[in-house]
Amino acid sequence: MSRIDGKSLWLHWAVLIVLFALNFLLPEYHRGVVTRVLLLAVFAMGYNLTFGYTGLLSLGHAMFFAAGLYGAGLTIYHLGWSVWPAFGAGLLAGIVLAVVVGFLALRTAGVAFMIVTLMFSQVFYLTTLYFTTYTRGEEGLVLPVPARTLTVAGAEFGLTDPGTRYMTALALFAVVLIATAFLVRSSFGRTLLAIRENEERMRMLGYDVFANKLASMAISGLISAAAGAAYAVLFGYVGSGFASIQYSILPLLWVLLGGAATTLGPLIGTLLTFYVIDTASSYTSAYMLLLGIVLILLILYFPRGIAGTVRERWLPWLP
Amino acid sequence: MAAVTPLLATKGVSRSFGGLQAVQDVDFTLQAGETRALIGPNGAGKTTFVSLVCGRIAASAGRVFFDGQDISRLPAHKRVRAGIAYTFQITSIFSNLTVFDNVALAVQRHLLGARDGRLSRDTLREQSQEALALVGLSAQAASRAGHLAYGHQRLLEVAMGLALKPRLLILDEPTQGLSDGEIENFIALVRKIGQTATVLLIEHNMDVVMALAERITVMNEGRILAEGAPEAIRADEAVQRAYLGA
Repeated sequence: MSRIDGKSLWLHWAVLIVLFALNFLLPEYHRGVVTRVLLLAVFAMGYNLTFGYTGLLSLGHAMFFAAGLYGAGLTIYHLGWSVWPAFGAGLLAGIVLAVVVGFLALRTAGVAFMIVTLMFSQVFYLTTLYFTTYTRGEEGLVLPVPARTLTVAGAEFGLTDPGTRYMTALALFAVVLIATAFLVRSSFGRTLLAIRENEERMRMLGYDVFANKLASMAISGLISAAAGAAYAVLFGYVGSGFASIQYSILPLLWVLLGGAATTLGPLIGTLLTFYVIDTASSYTSAYMLLLGIVLILLILYFPRGIAGTVRERWLPWLP
Repeated sequence: MAAVTPLLATKGVSRSFGGLQAVQDVDFTLQAGETRALIGPNGAGKTTFVSLVCGRIAASAGRVFFDGQDISRLPAHKRVRAGIAYTFQITSIFSNLTVFDNVALAVQRHLLGARDGRLSRDTLREQSQEALALVGLSAQAASRAGHLAYGHQRLLEVAMGLALKPRLLILDEPTQGLSDGEIENFIALVRKIGQTATVLLIEHNMDVVMALAERITVMNEGRILAEGAPEAIRADEAVQRAYLGA
């Protein structure tokens, strides 16, 4: 029961191949949009691990995304680090923050957990404003173009080139998608799902519930930070807006829309939200209203999100 | 007879909820291999007492020893790994998972901790099927646990306990809500379990108690009222007054 069966493995490969082909098919503007969507979908996949699979509703994931963003951005801007070590600094910042916050916040559950994570995230946000000297707050930092060069096996890639940018985002997305697909089918993944279903029973089966939740938070924080760090180096901008509460709510919406506890839901949800906002904002300034209506309709008629509903009604094997 | 270390011993365990003394200063011992029934009127503190043993509830005072080791400070999941399994009075299963997966979760945890066992797909399947066969649920392995009949859910609960290969199995009112036919089968099942494990059974149905228990402990108002062989308990005047329908 831990093996990823043939059909779902092929589906994942097919999705990745389509995304690969889109690099050559999409017009310039949409290629840029999908690049952003891929990175934010990585963030959503990280969020999905705690929210969808472990049943922990965090309202503070912006801090993990922003930890990656600042971890990479500040080391490039102030210390002149190159892309790889800066990316590593972003990952490290994310996982350390997730372990510390998780260690404290996981003593609570339910609404208290939501509020505690929200508060920690606000502290992080305010910290980025407090140290304006280094972060330039809301205005943010623009990373110098020469620093945004990725070196892979001796070859240098300028991350300002749209094609390279798309492929780099896709590579990160692919790694995280495959990793989470295996993770959620592993014994650890089954443990998380069962904790979501019945925590007390799991404790009385001998599982260390706290340690498993903490591990889930740590991996989730790591993935979210990877998205943030990649965002910093690919788009060259680091600002405290990414640490604001909006970026804690958005992954929740993306995952709800796409389907919580599905491997492809985060991508679907992020992509759809982006295009709903994009299309609506060209007609009206009240585009958030339209997004709100879409969400209400989804919750009413497809409470499990898009991928979740497809799995429930038609394709039970969908991961 | 030489003094043998009892499998389970409690010294002065107590627990109060607000002003209510649910369990007061209980000294209790259970020898390895025994099948013991714990009886008493509603609110006597039976479930609270076994919850203190398995760590589900923290004791206000007192100590718990398992196989000679002081486990008073161990969290519940470590006590389970040490060999204490508890089956819930109110059925607690994973309703959205299959019957097989429910049991496999227990087997998985046991194999992760076992020195001899290794977590492979084959051993996981083998041991899960073994536990299901023991309670007679093999045919339902692929069903959703939440779709099972109530009696079968109770059996699944027991199967999850058995899959942990416990040294001490605590059954909290396992026959509650079962039909007479199901109770018959259940008695046979606990007899079989009792051959290899030590069983502590909370039970209201006196036919079940008399059929299974080697010794009986009677609780009332948070204390142990009497303890002895089934016949002696049946004859005990205080017990009759408190419980057996005086």
